Amino acid sequence: MNARTFTHLDALESESIHIMREVAADCKNPALLFSGGKDSIVMLRLAEKAFRPAKFPFPLVHIDTEHNFPEVIACREKLAADLGERLIVRSLEDSIRRGSIVIKNPDLPRNPYQSVTLLETIAEFGFDACLGGARRDEEKARAKERIFSFRDEFGQWDPKSQRPELWDIYNTRVHHGENIRVFPISNWTEMDIWQYIGREKLHIPSIYYAHEREVIRRGNNVIPVSRLVQPKPGEKVEIISVRFRTVGDMTCTAPVESIARTVDEIIEETATTRITERGATRMDDQTSDASMELRKKEGYF
Amino acid sequence: MKIENLSSLETETMSNTTQLLRFITAGSVDDGKSTLIGRLLHDSKSIFEDQFTAISKTSERRGMEKVDLSLLTDGLQAEREQGITIDVAYRYFATPLRKFIIGDTPGHEQYTRNMVTAASTANLVVILIDARKGMLTQTRRHTFLASLVGVPHIVLAVNKMDMVDYSEDTFNAIVAEYRAFAAQLGIHDVTCIPMSALNGDMVVEHGTNLSWYKGAPLLEFLENVVIDYDVNTTDFRFPVQWVCRPQTQEYHDFRGFSGRIESGGIAVGDEITVLPSGRSSKVKEIVTYDGNLQRAYAPQSVTLTLADEIDISRGDLFVHGGAQPQVAKEFEAMLCWLSETPLDLNRKYIIKHTTRTVKCHFSRLEYRVDVNTLAHHQASALNMNDIARVVMKVQQPLAFDHYNKNRATGSFIVIDEASNNTVAAGMIA
Ligand SMILES: Nc1nc2c(ncn2[C@@H]2O[C@H](COP(=O)(O)OP(=O)(O)O)[C@@H](O)[C@H]2O)c(=O)[nH]1
Repeated sequence: MNARTFTHLDALESESIHIMREVAADCKNPALLFSGGKDSIVMLRLAEKAFRPAKFPFPLVHIDTEHNFPEVIACREKLAADLGERLIVRSLEDSIRRGSIVIKNPDLPRNPYQSVTLLETIAEFGFDACLGGARRDEEKARAKERIFSFRDEFGQWDPKSQRPELWDIYNTRVHHGENIRVFPISNWTEMDIWQYIGREKLHIPSIYYAHEREVIRRGNNVIPVSRLVQPKPGEKVEIISVRFRTVGDMTCTAPVESIARTVDEIIEETATTRITERGATRMDDQTSDASMELRKKEGYF
Repeated sequence: MKIENLSSLETETMSNTTQLLRFITAGSVDDGKSTLIGRLLHDSKSIFEDQFTAISKTSERRGMEKVDLSLLTDGLQAEREQGITIDVAYRYFATPLRKFIIGDTPGHEQYTRNMVTAASTANLVVILIDARKGMLTQTRRHTFLASLVGVPHIVLAVNKMDMVDYSEDTFNAIVAEYRAFAAQLGIHDVTCIPMSALNGDMVVEHGTNLSWYKGAPLLEFLENVVIDYDVNTTDFRFPVQWVCRPQTQEYHDFRGFSGRIESGGIAVGDEITVLPSGRSSKVKEIVTYDGNLQRAYAPQSVTLTLADEIDISRGDLFVHGGAQPQVAKEFEAMLCWLSETPLDLNRKYIIKHTTRTVKCHFSRLEYRVDVNTLAHHQASALNMNDIARVVMKVQQPLAFDHYNKNRATGSFIVIDEASNNTVAAGMIA
């Protein structure tokens, strides 16, 4: 390999591996936050590249909203088993039972509460660093976040007092009780992720590919019918070909109409699509231009 | 990112040839940085419909006639309220030729530290000038900082040409003055482009107003500038990040040294020296997840196994033949102070240099540089945004190169042990 055949994906991959190894070497008790989505599946491959032939120097942690698509949970179990790595699952239901999360209606979107269970899990295991698969191209607030993003005791992010990040020398130091969120794929875009999934032939939940699904239309949104979302009186159920661009909470993750059944076809669609990933698929982020930023400050990833 | 009308075949060839270019923009407030970035994103079709709708609505609400493209790079809520950018934000876009990462740095008076931060990972800096105003103090400062941080390529964007009737003479006069100044700093690789970010002339398209200019528009230049030699390609430097010991049956005796090749290359069988200890061995295997390699080059991340069992840990540096790093406990460096808390000469700090973390103190301040006049002044203190030459002592020897020979082994950060904050950036010189 010489400079000429070193592609942008190779460059991004090497950067991400470097970041993961820094975390493993410098942090006392790291964890990899795993959602079952495509970004965290890319993270797993990067961890394999960083640490094989040894095991990962951290467990995988999933904060389960219990609002996940069944295909995602199936994929999570398969991946953890195939990799032979330790998987810790903590559920929002536990926090609800403990009373640390109070919800009005169990069927409403749960993303806002994820941070509570995450913080409880961090405290339970004493994690000082959590690797996450967030990308800077997802949302304006993320564009300013560091790769090593420092959180105070309450899990809060203060955009005004971020540590300067120079070259690729990362400051990993924290005081007791504080922790850092680390985003090794900060510099990847949705297109990079798809190209990498294609190149590495990664196994991802089937709902990322086009499939026939029952949906209802509310306003501009196409909403998947599920055990949590049933048509209201007067709403019509349609069966159309869709795929998901992100796979979050079933009640607020909208699919896009698509016939792309392979990674190549998705790449082609991604190359010509006119809507950002979040704009297309997360109903809860549309409420306010700054809603993600508020949630990050509260400790959401 | 998005590219229109590519067949999947073309997309595939793209991913096999596209490189990554990181660049930053620097200019004074209102020179048109945000408009320029917005224009680049818009004209290269990297703006999505929902983003465009959001900024159109905001423009309308603010009573503007046209869509204000500068709103695209607006970041955080607090800043939106203040109406200014106060930090470094990263944007992404791609063309069939390259993927780009833009570090968006503010033009505000006080933010030397942000520019240094963003410049530290950049291949290229676009320095903006308002054609009506010509070279300003800030232009000198930004150019000095770019040269201090060793950004390999500089583009001078003479913006708002529409406000000076697209005058070639005005452009030439600014360019002459700039080149003379840059030469003083030893910078010769400057590309000067006249443009109107507002109207789009010479950003992505040539436009019709600047037909006297024979060079390429900004985007075409960014797509084609050669960046292969931005890293040192001759001197092998491999800081050990992580010792890989699987301790499984299959890999019982496996002991690999994982890290990223920061410069140069290495082949199986090559002799390496481990610094600072000075012991030597030969490379037995170059291990990657995708199979063993015969050779590897910067910036690949790999795992090396060696022919001999020698004591090696994180923070050691592997080198091979050619120019050797210095190994010392004292060195001089240019320092950019980043913290609101001033330097305390009586305190010990920590420095992180490659993958090695050691205690240090500052034994002397040689001088402080006035970033506007480049004059040297005596200094007894360092405050945020100050640049100074210092003499540092470290508790254990470091293996380093001069920053201008090797960015990776010549740079370090200073950490305050009490607050754990990153308080300074250093370049060994
Ligand atoms: N006439 C003219 N105005 C421009 C041009 N580029 C930017 N502007 C205007 O200059 C002002 C400041 O631009 P902005 O991009 O916000 O500057 P920044 O502070 O450097 O980000 C805005 O009113 C822009 O519309 C240009 O090429 N020509």
